[in-house]
Amino acid sequence: MKASNPLWKDRLQHQIPPDLGSEIDIFEHEVQLRKQGKIDEKVFAETRLRRGAYGQRYDNGHRHDGVTERTLTYPATEATKGPNTLWDAPGMQRIKIPYGGLDAVQLERLAEVAEEYSDGIAHITTRQDFQLHFVHIEDTPPLMRRLAAVGITTREACGNSVRNVTACPVAGVCRTQTFDVTPYAKALTYFLLGHPDCQDFGRKFKIAFSGCRDEACGLVRMHDLGAVAVTREHNGTTERGFELYVGGGLGTVPQQARLFSEFLPEAELPPIAQAIARVFARLGEKKNRNTARIKFLVSKLGLDEFKRLVMEERGSLPHDDRWTAFLADVPNYQEEPLKPPSLLQLGPEAPEGFAEWRRTNVYEQRQTGYVTITVALPLGDITSTQLRQLANIARKYVKETIRTTVEQNIVLRWVSEGDLVDLFNDLKAAHLAQPGAGTILDITACPGTDTCKLGISSSRGLAAELRERLAATAYEMDEAVRGLHIKVSGCFNSCGQHHACDLGFYGVSRNKGGYTVPHFQVLLGGQWQNNAGSYGLAIGAVPSKRIPETVERITSRYLEGKSNGESFHAWTRRIGKAACKAMIEDLTSIPSHDENPDFYIDWADARKYTIGDIGVGECAGEVVSPIDFQLAACERKAFEAQLALEKGEVEVAARTAYESMLEGAQALVGLRETAPSDPDEVVAGFRKHFFDTQLFYDPFAGPKFAQYFLKAHERRNQTISADRAHQLIEEAQLFIEASHSCHTRMSAQAAKAQPVS
Amino acid sequence: MQHFRVKFFVQPDLRPDLGAAIPVFHRWIQESRLEEMLIDVADYRHVPGGPGVLLVAHDAFYSLDQAEDRLGLLYTRRTELEGSTQEKLRHAFAAAARACAELEKEPEFAGHLVFSGAECEFSVNDRLLAPNTEETWNLLRPELHALLDSVWGAGSYRLARAGEARDVFRVSAQCETPANLNLFLAG
Repeated sequence: MKASNPLWKDRLQHQIPPDLGSEIDIFEHEVQLRKQGKIDEKVFAETRLRRGAYGQRYDNGHRHDGVTERTLTYPATEATKGPNTLWDAPGMQRIKIPYGGLDAVQLERLAEVAEEYSDGIAHITTRQDFQLHFVHIEDTPPLMRRLAAVGITTREACGNSVRNVTACPVAGVCRTQTFDVTPYAKALTYFLLGHPDCQDFGRKFKIAFSGCRDEACGLVRMHDLGAVAVTREHNGTTERGFELYVGGGLGTVPQQARLFSEFLPEAELPPIAQAIARVFARLGEKKNRNTARIKFLVSKLGLDEFKRLVMEERGSLPHDDRWTAFLADVPNYQEEPLKPPSLLQLGPEAPEGFAEWRRTNVYEQRQTGYVTITVALPLGDITSTQLRQLANIARKYVKETIRTTVEQNIVLRWVSEGDLVDLFNDLKAAHLAQPGAGTILDITACPGTDTCKLGISSSRGLAAELRERLAATAYEMDEAVRGLHIKVSGCFNSCGQHHACDLGFYGVSRNKGGYTVPHFQVLLGGQWQNNAGSYGLAIGAVPSKRIPETVERITSRYLEGKSNGESFHAWTRRIGKAACKAMIEDLTSIPSHDENPDFYIDWADARKYTIGDIGVGECAGEVVSPIDFQLAACERKAFEAQLALEKGEVEVAARTAYESMLEGAQALVGLRETAPSDPDEVVAGFRKHFFDTQLFYDPFAGPKFAQYFLKAHERRNQTISADRAHQLIEEAQLFIEASHSCHTRMSAQAAKAQPVS
Repeated sequence: MQHFRVKFFVQPDLRPDLGAAIPVFHRWIQESRLEEMLIDVADYRHVPGGPGVLLVAHDAFYSLDQAEDRLGLLYTRRTELEGSTQEKLRHAFAAAARACAELEKEPEFAGHLVFSGAECEFSVNDRLLAPNTEETWNLLRPELHALLDSVWGAGSYRLARAGEARDVFRVSAQCETPANLNLFLAG
């Protein structure tokens, strides 16, 4: 905790807008009350989440150090800032940056708070936020004050609220946009921020804007609410509006957003968003977090009924001037350049690296003579010093027109093209001129096991490793491969957006000879373009240490097998999932611990990946336990279900997905009693030994995965739609992953009870 | 005055593999090698000019910092310390020197990581308590002299303010003759 904390309030009292200041005062008071035990820890947890103050890995006071599980004895030993979350444990502070828009002063302030309260690194997230790690909860009020003094809020950055509203980072300068969505994103951000109708959600609510339909832009179709700019001709005039999507999302059960309206007039955007928020708050699931996102409500009600309820709600809303007040300023909304337009006059000797950087990091704006440049940040990280240097650069070349991107980079807009060489040299001096933006080198990764409580495998470790290896061959790489997108998540929750890319990976684990082995599930053929137009599907789990080889093999096969101009997405669809899976089949094997212990350590780590005290039991070495075989068979079956769905055999797909879960449950029940064959008996055994005992419960998702199976059993004879079959397959994969995890936990417990010498 | 930072630089001709610090720091956690409660290791090798590999403790950060393209061990005090400014100053220098000495001994770095005891950088990671101004300089200069006189000897070194107004308060210190890092260990 910083010694200067009590002093910032007075120092900044005239710089903070009163409403923001008052909110932070209240939060600071709540921090003190919780410290004194006068607020319930659950209430405080949601309170701080709504201020963007998140938990971080090991904040329960336990950490496995590679040898043993160690208790972290923080000074305030008893105090908590939430259930099972110790007061003094470092946490994460998320900072909202609406539509990614920033100025130089804000960059400098972010640099200050990253340096003084965190580890000197500011991390850009996949939703255009900033995150700081290792922050003490008592440092958060002064941190928030310092940000508020330059117009940045952390309000509703986490928790069950409207999260950062994202938008295409080239909105306004984009060559293919219908119109600039920036003023709309800004207006909706501040209309919904703290809005009473957005305070009673069961889960978070994410909004995105895109200026055009076909590019990646704001990844609208994976959002709870997405708006794509469109126009129409009406009575001789051009009207602005939005193609509105609702109910998209990634996570454990990814869904594409559904088209709510082909043309929503611009004036209707705030009230319809408000009406949707009210319906979500009123009818959305509140008790079971696992089904509380709006996508589940839309699925449950059906799109037509959902729309009817929203329009009914819209009709009953009391008028609010803010719905349309912002529209008066929209025609005048225009960023300004610092310098007049110019064209690049490249001399005979361009600086080293300039040509490659220009090729990948420079975007020609719709405004002649101007370009937008991307500052590619490895894993989204930038130091405080670099932030200050970037602020200088933003003042020197542009009118502080800065945006963060969902690819975890920063762009400077309105660069006069003739300044490119000088700008490149200045960026290079700050180590900010790395090429490869938007290419296979520009890998997106969530924090994963580095800092996230839910991380299963090291997404950042893998991303860094892949980046280093790919960079070594970047210059000789075929353009078709260079243009691919890789995204990595540490777990199934998809913060790395692994569904919306060519090669996606999410962390899972497997058991081998009494050890746990870090793995990544491989997903192929998702689309970054078309606003995340389709999602990749899982083809198998590969040990983490074999992922670089996996990438190399898949990209090589793509190069060999693609027809002229065929995209990776189209290629994977053409060859089919069976061929995709066959491509990596041999890479899924795990060498024994004796043969290659490196497989049992995750990237950028030195600790054994296992829950340490798992002994080398009788199953060690080359011997594989029957359940490992059985669960592998379940995975194959779930994959067959995917293949069936691909062929349009919906009923077969659904039945096979269900059977894969049933066999997984049967295998687990077999660990406790003679495995029954009758499905009802399997379910009864599963309930008795794994559900009622909570043995199958996921440490974070609770009963969710078990309920997938139980629900599938209940509904196994019902007619099913293709959408539901798709969902069932996703659920089956997660159930099988959970079965692996359950078996791993049981092995660990058994080893604890009877250690092997 | 609180939240002191001290950086000792690696001898300029050495280019150690920073990845080697990952197992070393994890081992330090296992063995509780330092006085603080050690929590975790963060790998920032991908960030040019960044903290390299970071050892996170409750009270402090230890990083193989590469700021301004100069590799060194940076100690950053996070929590408050009791005592006089001089005591806190000596504590920070001693903690940094101890970590350097421990790192040099690690087999992963044998011969590849040697810190200079004749140069360091001192800073205060709190712009409100210690802005990078003449006033702070006047306040802290006597304290730094008191410490460095006892370690390097009066008149044998130069102190210079570093950084711009928006930076944290920073001072670079350079001894005119070679000096042993262990001199700072006494605290």
